Amino acid sequence: MNPWLRVGAGASPREIAQAVGRSRRDFLRQATGAATATALFGAYPGKLWAAGLARKVVVVTFGGGARDEETFMPDGQRNIPYLLHELIPQATFFTQVVNHGILGHYVATASLATGVYETFNNFAAVPPGFPTVFEYFRKGLHRPASDAWVIAPSNGFNRIGGSDHTGYGPRYAARVILPKRLLSAALKPDQASQYENLLRDNYETPLYAPELSGEHLQLPEMAELLRLSVADFRAHATTLASPDELSVYIAKRLMRQVSPSMIWITLHDMDVAHSGAFSLYLQGIQRTDRLAAQIWQTIQSEPEYAGKTNMFILPDFGRDSDRDPGGNGFQHHRTGDALSRTTWMIALGPHVRQNTVVNRPVQSLDLVPTLGAILGFPVPYAQGKALPEVS
Amino acid sequence: MLPNELTAERFDAYPSEARALAVRELPLMRQLPLSYLPLLLREVIDYDWKFPAERKEIDDQFSYLGAMSRQQLAARMLAFVQIKMSPALGKIDWVNDPIRFSEELSKHLWETHQMDHFRQASIAFIHGLHVARPAKPLPLARLAMVIIGEDVQTTNYPLFRKLRRQGTHFTNVLPANGRKALFQALQERASAHPIPYAHWHIDGGNVRTSRADIAAVSYEALLPVRDKLLSKMVNIMSGGSGPELLRTKLALMRPGEFGLPDQGDAQILSRFQLSLLTEGSGTQIFSTTFVMWAAREALRRAQPLTVLAHYTPRQRDAIIQAPTGKPPVTDPQSSLIDADIGAYYTWIDQQRLSGAAQSGFLAWFEAHKQAVAIGPKWKPGTTESGSVGLADVVKELA
Repeated sequence: MNPWLRVGAGASPREIAQAVGRSRRDFLRQATGAATATALFGAYPGKLWAAGLARKVVVVTFGGGARDEETFMPDGQRNIPYLLHELIPQATFFTQVVNHGILGHYVATASLATGVYETFNNFAAVPPGFPTVFEYFRKGLHRPASDAWVIAPSNGFNRIGGSDHTGYGPRYAARVILPKRLLSAALKPDQASQYENLLRDNYETPLYAPELSGEHLQLPEMAELLRLSVADFRAHATTLASPDELSVYIAKRLMRQVSPSMIWITLHDMDVAHSGAFSLYLQGIQRTDRLAAQIWQTIQSEPEYAGKTNMFILPDFGRDSDRDPGGNGFQHHRTGDALSRTTWMIALGPHVRQNTVVNRPVQSLDLVPTLGAILGFPVPYAQGKALPEVS
Repeated sequence: MLPNELTAERFDAYPSEARALAVRELPLMRQLPLSYLPLLLREVIDYDWKFPAERKEIDDQFSYLGAMSRQQLAARMLAFVQIKMSPALGKIDWVNDPIRFSEELSKHLWETHQMDHFRQASIAFIHGLHVARPAKPLPLARLAMVIIGEDVQTTNYPLFRKLRRQGTHFTNVLPANGRKALFQALQERASAHPIPYAHWHIDGGNVRTSRADIAAVSYEALLPVRDKLLSKMVNIMSGGSGPELLRTKLALMRPGEFGLPDQGDAQILSRFQLSLLTEGSGTQIFSTTFVMWAAREALRRAQPLTVLAHYTPRQRDAIIQAPTGKPPVTDPQSSLIDADIGAYYTWIDQQRLSGAAQSGFLAWFEAHKQAVAIGPKWKPGTTESGSVGLADVVKELA
C-alpha cells in the first residue's frame, strides 16, 4: 500500500470539480464579461434552421493533458492568450466537461470519438470497440471517405478512424493522416536526425514504437491529394518547431485541397510533461493555444469553411493535481483524481452563442451526440447527450 | 490462488527478512482480500532493502490490522472486498510477482470504472492507519532546502509564485557563500542527529558530500548507470515489447548489473538510486527531473529530517541521446522554470510528513537575492526586503 496516500481525503471529487467550475466562471466573468447560458437559455438560433445543411465541423483536441493550473486558473492564464482573448469571446464555453473513462491518450480520444468510454489497452494497436463519429457521419449522410479525416499525433492513433463494430467498421471509417509517419517516409536515411524534434512519437513511453496497422494515408497519395511535393513537404518541415505544428500544417493543406466536412485534429505536444520538464509542458500549452487560434483563423479565411463551420476545442483530459499524493502533479495523469478528469470545451461557429458560459457539468461523451445533432446524423450507440446550448 | 489458500512455502523465494515477516503474519494475511494483500506484499517483498521509515510503515500496517478482531478487520477491509475482481487476477502469481499483479489490477480498475472507489478505499485506510498509529515526535523539525537557477543571470519568470503564498519572500538575501551556508546547515544537522537516512543531499551535478551520516545522490555521478540503462531499455523496446513488459523488466533489474553495490546495507541506497532511473519518467535524460523525483522519493520513502536539493541546468532537448562522451547542450533558463515547480513539489512532499506544521523550507535562486522561506516563524504571503544572510534565514527555520 502506498503510504503516500495519506492526505487528500478532504473535498470530494464532486466538490473539487464544482470548485473548478466556480473558479473558471468567476474568472470568465471578469475577463470577458461572458454571460451564463442559463440566463440566455430560450430559443436557440441553432434550433431554427435545418440540421446538416452544408455545415462542417472541426474538432481539435487540446491534448495531451492540460491542467487548469496552467490554463484557466490565474497562474496559467498567461499561457492561453488566444483562447482567452480571441476564441472565448466568440464562443460558448463549457466550464465542466467531465471524463469518467480511462485517462490514456489513445483510449480517451477514441472515447471522445465514439461517445462511449472505451476500455481497450491504451498502447494496443486496436480499433475502437464502438462506432466512431466518422462512421456515424458517413453512413448516416452517405458521405464518401474523402469527407471525414483524422489528423493523429502519433503512430499509436493509427486505428482511430473507424471501429470494428458490426454494421459500421472500416467501410465507413475516416481517412487517417499520421503526419510524423509521412515525414519519416519523406526523409532520406541520413536526414532523420535533422527532424528529430518533429518525429517524437510518444512522450509517455518514448522508446515504444507501436505496431502500425489499419488504413492510413501514404506519402505518394498525400503528395497528390494535398498537391504538395515530397521535397516541398520536407523543406517546409524544417521551418516547424513541433509535431503539432506539422499536424496543423497538414490540416491547413487538407482544408484547402480537399475541404472535408469533418476534420478531427488531435494535438499532443504538451504531453512532453511526462518527461518532468515543466518548461516544455508550458511551451506545449502555449503552442497549442496559438495553433487552435490558427485553425480557427484558417476556417474563417477558407471559402469552403467560412461561415458554415463549427469548431469544438476540448482537452482529452487533465493531469494530476499537485496535491494528490498518488501522482507527481503536472507530470502524469495516473491518479484519476477529479482535476485530471474535469476539463472544458469551447464551441465556435454559426448558431453558437458568443461570449457565453455553460456552468452545468457535462460529459466528454456528449460531443458525439452534439455533432450528430448539428450535422443531422444518428448516433445510436453513443452514450452521451447532445448539448442543447450548441446543437 | 486466493489469500486464504496461502502457505508459508509460498514465500520461499522472498529475501530472508521479508520471508520471516511474511511467515509470521501468515494468519493475518489469510484474512485479507485479494484487492489489498498483493499490494501489501509488493512492499513486503522488498523489506530487506527498505529504509527504516518504510519498514516501520509496513510493521505498522501489520500491527494495526493484527490488533483488530475479526469483525473489525472485516469492516476495515469492506471497501476493498467490495471491489469486483476478475478471475484472471487470481491466477497471477501475486505472491512472487506483486508488481505484475498491481499493474493488472490497475488496468482492471480503470476498465471497470472502479478506480475512484479504490482511491477512496485506499485514502480511508491510510487515514485510519495514521489515526491508530500516530507518528512519534521528531528529534528536530524537518528542514528542506532547494537551490535553483545555476548559470542563470537574469529571468523574467515569476519565481516562487506558488511558494510565496506559503511563506516569506526575501528579495534581498546576501548571495555570497550561500551554497556553502546551506551545505553547512545540512552537515551540522547530520552531525547532531546521525540517524540513518535522515539527512539527504540530492544534486543535479556532482555530489561533493561523502559522509556516512548523509545519504548522497547525484545525477552526474550516475552517468554510467544511466547510459547502461538506456541501452538496455532501447534493446528491450526494439524487440517489439510493449511498455508493460518494459516496466516489468525494469522492476527486475538489480544494482549489480550496473556496477552499483548490491550487498549489505550499501544496497539500500543503490537500489534507491536505481529505482529513480527505472521508475521515474524523464529522470534518465533531464537532471532537473532527476532532482525533482529524487527529492520526492527520498521524502516519501525515507521521510528524512533534512533534504538539500541542488538543481543544475538540464540538457536542452527532450530526446534520448546515445552516449557521445560529450556534455550535452544545456538550457539554464528552462531549467530554472523546471526547478521552480520542483521546489514547490518538494515543499508539498515535505508537508505530507509528520511534523509538517513545524517544518522549515527554503528555496533560493542561486547567486541571486531572491529566496522564499516557509515555517512557523514566517507569515504566509509576506515579503522581506531587508538585507539578510542565507545562513541567518536557515537558523530561523531549523
